[in-house]
Amino acid sequence: MSADWPAIRFIVNGESRAVRVPAMKRLLDVLREDLRLTGTKEGCGEGECGSCSVRMNGELVNSCLVPVLQAEGAEIETVEGLSSNGALHPLQQAFLECGGAQCGICTPGMLMAATHLLARNPHPSLAEIREGLAGNLCRCTGFIRIFESVIAAAGSTRGHRGPADHAR
Amino acid sequence: MRGNPEAHELLAPGNLAAVLALLAESPGEWTPIAGGTELMVAHAAGRLDAKKLVSLWGIAEMRFTRSEADRFVIGAGATFGDLRAHAELAAELPLIAKAASWIGAIANQNRATIGGNLVNGSPAADSSPAMLAYDTEVELISVRGTRRVAYSAFHTGYKRNVLAPDELMLAIHAPRRFAKHRQYLRKVGPRRAMAIAKVALGATALVENGAVNEIRLGAASLAPFPTRLHKAEAALQGRQVTAETIETACSELLAEARPIDDIRSTAEYRRHVGANLLKEFLLELGREPVP
Repeated sequence: MSADWPAIRFIVNGESRAVRVPAMKRLLDVLREDLRLTGTKEGCGEGECGSCSVRMNGELVNSCLVPVLQAEGAEIETVEGLSSNGALHPLQQAFLECGGAQCGICTPGMLMAATHLLARNPHPSLAEIREGLAGNLCRCTGFIRIFESVIAAAGSTRGHRGPADHAR
Repeated sequence: MRGNPEAHELLAPGNLAAVLALLAESPGEWTPIAGGTELMVAHAAGRLDAKKLVSLWGIAEMRFTRSEADRFVIGAGATFGDLRAHAELAAELPLIAKAASWIGAIANQNRATIGGNLVNGSPAADSSPAMLAYDTEVELISVRGTRRVAYSAFHTGYKRNVLAPDELMLAIHAPRRFAKHRQYLRKVGPRRAMAIAKVALGATALVENGAVNEIRLGAASLAPFPTRLHKAEAALQGRQVTAETIETACSELLAEARPIDDIRSTAEYRRHVGANLLKEFLLELGREPVP
C-alpha cells in the first residue's frame, strides 16, 4: 500500500530523504515515524506549544501544522542536526550548564526556536528572547533558566546586566 | 479522535494558473490550504471536513508585497512574518505590522498568511481591524478574471464571504494616505502571544479644522464577522471631539455591537471593553493638536 504514494523528497539535517506517505501526513509524524527522528516532540498538536518546532528553509515552523507535501524540496533542520561529530551545539551546552532542561519534552522545540532566534539576532535583548520563545511552552523547568541558557549561549545580550537581572 | 491523512487528498500544482484551473474544473470541491495554521489544527483533531485540498504554499505569484505610488499591494500568500519584515509598510501603515506581531508566535507568523486570516473569517481575526481601519480592498481571482471588493464588504456572515466557489483571494490593496491620520489598534486578550482576542479595535481618523473629517473603526469579536462600526463612525463624522461626542459615539457602539458569550469572554464584557477602547482612542484624538 505504502508504495502507492508518490515519493516526496526533502533534505533533513543535510541529508536527502524520500518518503512515500500520504500528502496530508504531518511533517511531525513523518520525522518521528518514517525517519525515526524522535527528537522532535508532539505537545498540543495544534501549533500552540512549540514542542514540534523545526526549521524549514531557515524559517521556524510548527511541524505539526505542515502537511508533508508542503515540505517537498525544502531543507529541514531538526534538533538531531544541532550537534556535530558528538560535540554539542553551544545552545545545548548552555541548556546543560544553566539547568535549562528538566523533563525535556519542550527542550528540542526550545533549542530550535533559540537557534532560529540567534541565527537572526546573535545578541538579543531579554525582550527579544521572550518574544522569540513566546510560542514555546514549558511546564516544569520554568522560563527563567531557559532564558538564562539562551543568554549564556549568546555570550552577551543588549541591556542585560547579569544572569539573574530579570528574575527580580 | 485523530485525523487520518489517508482520508484527504492534497495537491500542490505549484502555480496560480494551475490552481485556478483546478478550482474552475469542479467549483466548490477543492479547499485551498496555505500555511495550514487553521486547517491542520482541524485535521489533527479529526474534524477537517474537506476531503480534497489544494496547496497555495510556495506559489510565488501570491507571496509578495509591492509598493505602488498610491498603495501597497499585499499578496494573499504573504506571511505575517513577511509583513512584519517589510520596513516601508511597517513605517507607513504600522497597524498592519502591529497586528502581524500578535498572530500566535514566530513559528505561526512564518506560516500563517494574510489571505488565510481574512478568508478564514474568524470574528476575532487579528489582521481584520487594521484592514478595516485602512479602508483596504481585496482582489479576487478566478479563471474568469479578477475583481476588487471593499474589504468592509467581504464578509457576509459568520465564516461566510463573497468568494465564488472557483475564486481565490489574490491580494489586498492598502491605500497610502494615512500619514496624517491618527492610527490606533489594541487587542484585549489573556496574553500578548498565542492568545485569541476577546475583543480588538482598529481605528484611523483625520481631524481637520477641529472636526473629525474622516474616521474608520474596525472591530474584531463585536459581531459574527470582523466589521466596521458605522453608527459610532457617523456619531463622530464632522464633529468636534468633546466629552459629549465621545459619550454619544460609545453609546452608538454599545447599541450596534453584536458580540456573543463564548469560552473566551462574555458578550457584556466585549461590548463594554469595545466601548472603552473607542473611548481611549477618542481621548487620544481629542488631545491631538489641530494642524
